[in-house]
Amino acid sequence: MRRHIRFHLNGEARELEAAPPTLTLLQYLREHEGLVGTKEGCAEGDCGACTVTVGELVDGAVQYRALNACILFIGALDGKSVTTVEGVRAADGALHPAQAALVERHGSQCGFCTPGFVMSLYTAYRQGGVADRAAVNDLLAGNLCRCTGYGPIIDAALEMRGRPAPAGEAERAAAEKAALEAMADDQTLATEAPEGRFFAPASADELARLYGEHPEAVIVAGATDVGLWVTKLHRRLETVLYLGRVRELKDISVRDGRLEIGAGVTYADAHAVLAEHFPDFGELIRRLGARQVREAGTIGGNIANGSPIGDSPPALIALGATLVLRKGAARREIPLESFFIDYGKQDRAPGEFVERIRVPLDGAGERLRCYKLSKRFDQDISAVCGCFNIAIVDGRVTSARIAYGGVAAVPKRARAVEAALEGAAWNEATIEAAVAAYDRDFSPISDMRATAGYRLLAAKNMLRRCWHESHAPLAETRLVGRGAAVA
Amino acid sequence: MKPIAKPGNAERIEGGVSTALRHDSGHKHVTGEAVYVDDIPVPANCLAVHIAQSEKAHARILRADLSAVRAAPGVVLVVTADDIPGVNDVSPVAGDDPMFAVGSGPGTGLVEYAGQSLFAVAAADIATARAAASLAVIEYEELPALITVDQAMEANALLEPPYTMARGDAEAAIEKAPRRLSGRVRVGGQEHFYLEGQVALARPGEDHEMFVQCSSQHPTEIQHVVARVLDLANHDVTAEVRRMGGGFGGKESQGNLPAAAAALVARMTGRPAKVRYDRDVDMTITGKRHDFRIDYRVGFDDEGRILGIAFDQAVRCGMSHDLSGAIADRAMFHADNCYYLPNARITSYRCKTHTVSNTAFRGFGGPQGMVGIERVIDEIAHSLGRDPLAVRRANFYAPAGARSDRTVTPYHMTVEDCVIQPIVDALVDSADYEARRAEIREWNRANPIIRRGIALMPVKFGISFTTSHLNQAGALVHIYNDGSIRLNHGGTEMGQGLFTKVAQVVAEEFQVDIGRVRITATDTAKVPNTSATAASSGSDMNGMAARNACRTIRERLVAFAAERWQTTPDEVAFLPGRVRVGGEEIAFDSLIHEAWLARVSLSATGFYATPKIHWDRVAARGRPFLYFAYGAAVSEVAVDTLTGENRILRVDILHDVGRSLNPVIDLGQIEGGFVQGAGWLTMEELFWDDAGRLRTHAPSTYKIPTCGDRAPDMRMAIWDGGDNREDTIYRSKAVGEPPLMLGISVLMALSNALETEGGAYPALDAPATPERLLMTAERLKRAAR
Repeated sequence: MRRHIRFHLNGEARELEAAPPTLTLLQYLREHEGLVGTKEGCAEGDCGACTVTVGELVDGAVQYRALNACILFIGALDGKSVTTVEGVRAADGALHPAQAALVERHGSQCGFCTPGFVMSLYTAYRQGGVADRAAVNDLLAGNLCRCTGYGPIIDAALEMRGRPAPAGEAERAAAEKAALEAMADDQTLATEAPEGRFFAPASADELARLYGEHPEAVIVAGATDVGLWVTKLHRRLETVLYLGRVRELKDISVRDGRLEIGAGVTYADAHAVLAEHFPDFGELIRRLGARQVREAGTIGGNIANGSPIGDSPPALIALGATLVLRKGAARREIPLESFFIDYGKQDRAPGEFVERIRVPLDGAGERLRCYKLSKRFDQDISAVCGCFNIAIVDGRVTSARIAYGGVAAVPKRARAVEAALEGAAWNEATIEAAVAAYDRDFSPISDMRATAGYRLLAAKNMLRRCWHESHAPLAETRLVGRGAAVA
Repeated sequence: MKPIAKPGNAERIEGGVSTALRHDSGHKHVTGEAVYVDDIPVPANCLAVHIAQSEKAHARILRADLSAVRAAPGVVLVVTADDIPGVNDVSPVAGDDPMFAVGSGPGTGLVEYAGQSLFAVAAADIATARAAASLAVIEYEELPALITVDQAMEANALLEPPYTMARGDAEAAIEKAPRRLSGRVRVGGQEHFYLEGQVALARPGEDHEMFVQCSSQHPTEIQHVVARVLDLANHDVTAEVRRMGGGFGGKESQGNLPAAAAALVARMTGRPAKVRYDRDVDMTITGKRHDFRIDYRVGFDDEGRILGIAFDQAVRCGMSHDLSGAIADRAMFHADNCYYLPNARITSYRCKTHTVSNTAFRGFGGPQGMVGIERVIDEIAHSLGRDPLAVRRANFYAPAGARSDRTVTPYHMTVEDCVIQPIVDALVDSADYEARRAEIREWNRANPIIRRGIALMPVKFGISFTTSHLNQAGALVHIYNDGSIRLNHGGTEMGQGLFTKVAQVVAEEFQVDIGRVRITATDTAKVPNTSATAASSGSDMNGMAARNACRTIRERLVAFAAERWQTTPDEVAFLPGRVRVGGEEIAFDSLIHEAWLARVSLSATGFYATPKIHWDRVAARGRPFLYFAYGAAVSEVAVDTLTGENRILRVDILHDVGRSLNPVIDLGQIEGGFVQGAGWLTMEELFWDDAGRLRTHAPSTYKIPTCGDRAPDMRMAIWDGGDNREDTIYRSKAVGEPPLMLGISVLMALSNALETEGGAYPALDAPATPERLLMTAERLKRAAR
């Protein structure tokens, strides 16, 4: 057990003892370090003004992620390196290409969001740059600017790649890597402060043991939801159990004809694998949150928090995914849809945690259709999310698994719709008959995202879209992303 | 002593007027060195102040027990209205915005919106203050709450009597017209979503002095409100603003409460005190763009030419006046946009609702007024089966210089500078409007799910504060004896590049490189009695004030040089970096040094009052504007008719900035304004529940455009015919607000896309969210069956 948090900040070592478990990196930077370049715009991970770069050793190499400091608990940085906007300039004071491009392209007006943009661009630069406009959109969806209209920032992002790395960059990267290697250990972190405890177990067994000892603990992976309990609901969490150092939970691999996703796998890390097997699922993940959220949040967390509007559960349910739950040494496996019992209620015992998700790879591939509907395309919570896994053989529906988010208290299968489709001829008459069954499956609510009537109509139209797409190119039905006609 | 510099022979200065100079703070924005109020280092004893808010939209406060708040650990001070030495009011004009609702004096005992300020708590940190505030026991007696415009109109709840502007006989003209139609359009409000929330830091000084650093477009008002609340004279209070992290009108009056609360705590404790709203507090406690319900009746001929028109504009003002009177007026002033309305009646209803008091927002009512007339034009075109552009053209005001009587507005001002025709002509050409309209028709024939639409939007926007006395500005220019210059003026920097532009003016006037001009924070101790940086007037007014200050100094320098070198003043000329005196040239710095030795004053104030304007509000006649700014945009969109999701595909803009002071800054305003306007009319939706609580109070629920929402193809240009017939600063035109209204083209293009869904007119309301688009398409489909 290690009792203090250690990390690197702009190239300097830091060791913290007795840090409050929910102290955010943003608070730490501004209030304890006097590093006020990093801004608070929303304190909920939506605006990106607090974006920082976090480096981490992954399989011997340094992986850089752009993260929102406002919902990042300080303990989650253990063993990592943090670069803030103050640490981006070259040693000789020259602006980094990301900074210089923004200045020269007139990419700032009021400048308050700018440090966040710099850090997103800086992170991308270290990852090799941004190739085209679509990649820029994905890179910057989590950085809001209210002044510029984005054009100059887009120009800067595209142009940055062509600028040489600043002097001393290689030495800096080497030093950062050495520092990360020096910090690496297999010890469980356990800190204690008057405000509460923060545990970061180093293995799944340690996690199981600690959760058994502290069943009241709040499990945190990316904190993209739990962080808001603290910053928005002002809740005090006395015991936090952080999954980010549990190596076994970060594994995503194919085993026995199934895709196994550890509960600690981030959306970003899952994206390429999911997109390879299920192109539409990949597209769904691409639009889930924004870069900073996908680099932190996990598929496991998206499930475990039981939200009716999480985007990955409908896709996973449509694919027939199962959940492996663990308590102590005991494991059980259940169909994902049965995990969601009611609003705020899941099939999870005290001390039990989601360990992994298993997705059958039985050829759903291209067949899986996922439709996310929100007021805004990027970084918006779905009003409705519909996912369709419909198998058609010789013009007949042989099986249909259809699941939705946003139209019931939990992510839910459209059983009546499925029944209306199964065995029927795959034609417009069948679709219209199945559409009528929606009223039996779902009774959505009205709120600030959408009215009940709209949700239901849009849910029905998603089936119509699915039908249309089964015999027409995506270009005729899609405005963004995969196959989009007019982007 | 500084050695006498050589005169040099530069052909032009760096950073003079009309050059594409970068924003003065760009290099500091990207390094995190640009300091915002919350970044200012404070002493360890600085207090954090939390403002407690009402949970009810309309209620009497029967009892407010704050004993548990006071007793909470870490609480230093709890303040209510009873602690206010001066007046319990933070309003900009009308005296109807109580600072705190808890207390016993005027303004207390009643809450009129969910989110209203009740009292404040000070502690060493904000978490302690916030947690303590939640311990208050407030007993409410709930009263019926009017939330929407419809409810207020039904109840005849108005803040002030209806106001009408009229010319000719609208009713008779409508009756007589060969064609008529009528309808209603609803236009939603808008949250400013400046990235930096409201913030103020107050430090007490000697003899009751109070120094307030704040994020405000109107430091003079901060000064005056703090003085009013603390019962001080204005000279006791200094307000300073270096920069804001965005303003957009949201920091014109909405900074008054946080500044006053910080100052009150600072006064009572003798310690520095800071108020910084978090995002949720900011969005629930501050006003927004007014939402409108506009009813119209119009009579027109077979060409679509308007013969008579009547508008009834119902405006949601919220619980108090704030700036609503002038905002509602500006909506009326822009109910014509670019169109001559021979017989017009425009009536405005200023609705009082139990929602936050709405406030200034870029365009200040103008955009809403314009949506009204653009809807009418579009619907006329639909009813005639004509291209809306043809109907727009048929109704334009007569061009500048034409001998025509089609020049008079409904408020009896003659439009002398109309240049919308050449702008639209050039844009139609460069945007390939006709061909693309035909191409879109073809696309829509072949594509039942994804529909496309296109629209052209012209803009004419009046420049000047319509409250005439606000059209004054001041500046203070010092030249130090080494020739370096320090510039101060009453305008504030919110990102729009004002400081850069005014510095360019000073560099130009003295013919020195921009690097010689130091830009400084706006400070009420240096320039008094300023107006808000608003109404797009920042560079017009402060540029002129600074120029006048420069010219005063220049005249002294010319007189000095002429005398010293025995020549006449007309033989003295300012050249780049030097001054020619008769046959000799002397470096600017040297001249300054010599002038200083000769005891010439090298510091001057400058003042500017906008000429020509006058307004008779009772008669609703006059010349409220010095001139108009023009522009036009073509937007093309695609709509997914299964869900209503939509995208802007291409935007072409041609905008008139007169002779640009700084083309890159102007283009930044054009693009930023357009995207903000398009966001307002599409995805940005404010949602109040039935209890009057705003449920969209953070970016997770309130969606402003992201990078991906910017059209993939945007072609923007400053109109090369731009000039200003009025004597403005270097013949430039204001640019802050006008481009926002170009975003209306997106709403019109979305409507155009929906026209394929059935024969009826789409009558699309704003914001045109995916939901509203789908439901409108459904209505059209049903009607067509």
